[in-house]
Amino acid sequence: MIENLFFMNGFGLYVWSAFAFTLVSFLTLFLVIKIQYNKEKNKFIAKFGSLNSERAAFAKSQSINKEILSNTSNI
Amino acid sequence: MFKYFEPNKIFSITSKAPKYVLFLFIVILSIGLTEALILSPEDYKQSHSVRIMYVHVPAAWISLGIFSAITFLSIVGYIFKIRNFFLIAKSLAPSGLVFNIIALVTGSIWGKPTWGTWWAWDARITSMLILALFYIMYLIAWRIFEDNDKVFKVTSIITILGIINVPIIKYSVDWWNTLHQPASINILSKSSIHISMLFPLLTMTAAFALFSLLIFLMKYNTELIKIKNKGLDRL
Repeated sequence: MIENLFFMNGFGLYVWSAFAFTLVSFLTLFLVIKIQYNKEKNKFIAKFGSLNSERAAFAKSQSINKEILSNTSNI
Repeated sequence: MFKYFEPNKIFSITSKAPKYVLFLFIVILSIGLTEALILSPEDYKQSHSVRIMYVHVPAAWISLGIFSAITFLSIVGYIFKIRNFFLIAKSLAPSGLVFNIIALVTGSIWGKPTWGTWWAWDARITSMLILALFYIMYLIAWRIFEDNDKVFKVTSIITILGIINVPIIKYSVDWWNTLHQPASINILSKSSIHISMLFPLLTMTAAFALFSLLIFLMKYNTELIKIKNKGLDRL
């Protein structure tokens, strides 16, 4: 059973490499997008922190900015 | 109607959705992989190599679907001047390109035991390669042009030119003599694929669709934060 799952009548190398390539591509794309997301978010938080109180209050009045600041832990 | 597509309104949804989509994707992918690698039967002609179909076909379908969606969004966005449609289209492109590459590579791996060659310049494979080039041109255009009006125009032209290739991909197996087999699944007529193979194929397609949704949401949120970063610079 296990041997058949790995070797698949001689086609195992082709089947497993196709599935492995797919999953590695998924993981790579996910990590690249995640890194880009974290980079932009950290930049946003740093920029927000450097605003003076008046500008920070104005920026915070926009709902989307509040959402970005509150969602620091998604995925 | 288009006011519902404003970034401020949808960010509250898109920022929370990825974790649920990721969970659902992992569940559906696990079921799909079990079906595709263990439970589904081998083919009487191609033996176990037919299992490559469960990653190759969904990847091809989704890359074609994403390119069609990008074209639709670009044209509608350009006509009605909806900037957010371009943002949605841009966020869809990375997963579309990756699925296109997966379709090409897994097709090549499948070709070796089935046709005896890794690559053939036949109509279906060549037109899929051309689609990948259009995806690459589309993504490069977003990097090259900084002016919004210019990038909207250029990316719309690229997608309009690229969409001509989509029906060619679909009907290439009927129009020309190719190594590629004709479609086994037809929406309008009876499919020639057995239910024991159709179920894993549809499950893997659902998993791949969820993955492209996950990547789209993450990329879209990144693009929105990028815009907000520019907004903070102007304060």
